[in-house]
Amino acid sequence: MDFTYDDEQQALREAVRGLLASAYADHETRRRTAASADGFDRGLWGRLAEMGILGLPFSEDDGGVGAGPVEIGIVCQELGRVLAPEPYLAGVVHAGGLVAAVGSPEQKADLLGRLSAGEVVLAAADTSPGGRWSARADGVRASADGGSWTLDGVADPVVGGGAADVLVVTAALPGGDGAGTGVFLVDASAAAVTAYAAADLTRAASVRFDGSAATPLGEPARDLSASIATISDLTRIMGANQALGVMQSQVRATTDYLKSRKQFGVTLNTFQALTFRAADMYVELQLAHSMVDWATMTIAGGDPAVVADAADRVGLQVSRAGRHIGQEAIQLHGGIGMTAEYAVGVGTAHLEVLDQWLGNGPHHLRRLAERVDDHGLVEAL
Amino acid sequence: MQLELSPADAEFRNRMRELFTTVVPQEIRDTVLEGRHLTRDQIVESQRALNAEGLAVPHWPVEWGGQDWTDLQRHLWHEEMQRAGVPTPLAFNASMIGPVLAHFGTQEQKERFLPATANLDIWWSQGFSEPDAGSDLAGLRTSAVRDGDDWVVNGQKTWTTLGQHGDWIFTLVRTDTEVKKQAGISMLLVDMSSPGVEVRPIELIDGGHEVNEVWFSDVRVPGDLIVGEPGAGWTIAKFLLGNERVGVAPVGATKRALATLKTTAAAQLEDPLVRARVAELENELLALELTALRVVAHSSDGEPHPASSVLKLRGTELQQAVSELALDLAGPASLAARADDDSPQEGWARRAAPTYLNLRKASIYGGSNEIQRQIISRTILGL
Repeated sequence: MDFTYDDEQQALREAVRGLLASAYADHETRRRTAASADGFDRGLWGRLAEMGILGLPFSEDDGGVGAGPVEIGIVCQELGRVLAPEPYLAGVVHAGGLVAAVGSPEQKADLLGRLSAGEVVLAAADTSPGGRWSARADGVRASADGGSWTLDGVADPVVGGGAADVLVVTAALPGGDGAGTGVFLVDASAAAVTAYAAADLTRAASVRFDGSAATPLGEPARDLSASIATISDLTRIMGANQALGVMQSQVRATTDYLKSRKQFGVTLNTFQALTFRAADMYVELQLAHSMVDWATMTIAGGDPAVVADAADRVGLQVSRAGRHIGQEAIQLHGGIGMTAEYAVGVGTAHLEVLDQWLGNGPHHLRRLAERVDDHGLVEAL
Repeated sequence: MQLELSPADAEFRNRMRELFTTVVPQEIRDTVLEGRHLTRDQIVESQRALNAEGLAVPHWPVEWGGQDWTDLQRHLWHEEMQRAGVPTPLAFNASMIGPVLAHFGTQEQKERFLPATANLDIWWSQGFSEPDAGSDLAGLRTSAVRDGDDWVVNGQKTWTTLGQHGDWIFTLVRTDTEVKKQAGISMLLVDMSSPGVEVRPIELIDGGHEVNEVWFSDVRVPGDLIVGEPGAGWTIAKFLLGNERVGVAPVGATKRALATLKTTAAAQLEDPLVRARVAELENELLALELTALRVVAHSSDGEPHPASSVLKLRGTELQQAVSELALDLAGPASLAARADDDSPQEGWARRAAPTYLNLRKASIYGGSNEIQRQIISRTILGL
């Protein structure tokens, strides 16, 4: 039982923090970068590749670094801390995770090697318009003609989809409802991609497939929904790490603001009504932090049921904490918290994007509620 | 980072689990597990059984019966004890005056009191709060005036928990009115059978008799029963209250109460709203337990971690929230709170309202939750 980082993990954190601090020293840079066509900084992406950050989750055989979940969590926390718009969670953890989970050895070596090197950008297309969080594809259908496959339908939102070279698409297999869901690779040029900005100004896209040529990932025509669900759970946990970084920044910014901002001739921290609310933000932050560390550590055990449970638990906790902290951060800042020039309000938007993208609080609560009579006590260990 | 306990800690936990379910009589543990009131004799019997196994005061110095355990092992000891329904060793003895005497007491005081305190041969009461000095403890007025070798004590204490059972009381008194408020306070040990000590019960909203007023009228206390120097009372009180906060988030007990409720009110788990409330509370309790483990991992030399205020604050909120759920599940049956024992209503449902009302205290004692918010905002956030 140990909740502390070892020296190497500490060094990784400092290296990533240093790089991101120089890239996003001010919020204006982040704002400009997010508003660009790609929605992220290709130069920074290259430096992340050089540091081995893009290859962290993948085995050395596939051109990656073979690091563990704690290390990936550290990177996500640091990205969250500065609201970096880089599609790490979407392109590396989620899309890369799908390739690593179900790809053939050749596909993995090729694609993950290039992903790790920053030579190819991936995005996962697994959500149908109006759909909610499901490992079952119902917006895109796959068809086979001899050995060649095509896809039809729409995926939306595809986070980071506008800048992706290759789309990792979940699609209903031919043969009706019982056939299940497969995963396919589609060259982005073979689909109609319409990019847009999400509420936090990060980029997502609507992707239309119209007889688009596709390559099955791994064995063709096999139901992969269990793997898809597990990768979503892993991504959810890493999303919670990213949200933790955002919340840490928000609590710090709010504390600093209360100490410096003057009203009625005194700094705001002389008003107990405000300092008590900051204390409550801190309580939520600490509880969320504990759950994030715990959920991240459960991944190493490798049991998908344990990871699914942890994803629901951390999903609920971070959803609640993010809403509390994000809302209070804006309120305690007053008008400045409402402006796009200031990081706090945008951070609150980013927390919501993370939450709604990967599974929101009520969704996780519903799943936990279904299981309350499976156990007596909830065991932490 | 590592989720599993080390083999040594896992073995330690298993040993605790085994001991707690065998050392303390089943009847006593059932009383706790069902949320019924313990008698004085049961509390004494339980603590003596623990003390015989070296489990009553593990956080004390080794020479006075402590175990040289790590913070994590102490945490596991505490959680397993609560899980098994073993009554926690009397806090006034084990967590408050014991560590104080071991740290500040004279050799004579240690020898006279510590073994008897660990074994609950002496039942201690706490005489800190006064009608006008609660969270603002420095405002206390009970006085002790030197007369020959003795101190003569006059004044009134209140909220003296279980004072009706007390043999001795450790009390804060004003021994100097000329100096700064905090500097004029001393700690005296008072034999409650001394002439002039009077204990008067206070009836609470749950119908129970848990707290008392203690009146001192010209009570003579021998001079060697002062703890530390005259005027050192404030420092000693801060040391004691720091210890008090450590175990004040009863995660294990609250988890157990919720698990028990799922069994006793199983039929109501068909209601999706009930399921959701249970799931929410289970999740919050897990987050709190993990936070306790993080605090344990970071505390050094037994000093309370600043984040222990988080544990007190949220721990008591969750304890109260579980009692609220129990009350809602009991529904109309909860009206039978003070019905006779032949009531057709189930025991847990009859206890629901008194328990809910009784637990309102949890966010008040041990440093009110407002005080905890102040500690967090000042000490941790620097506001």
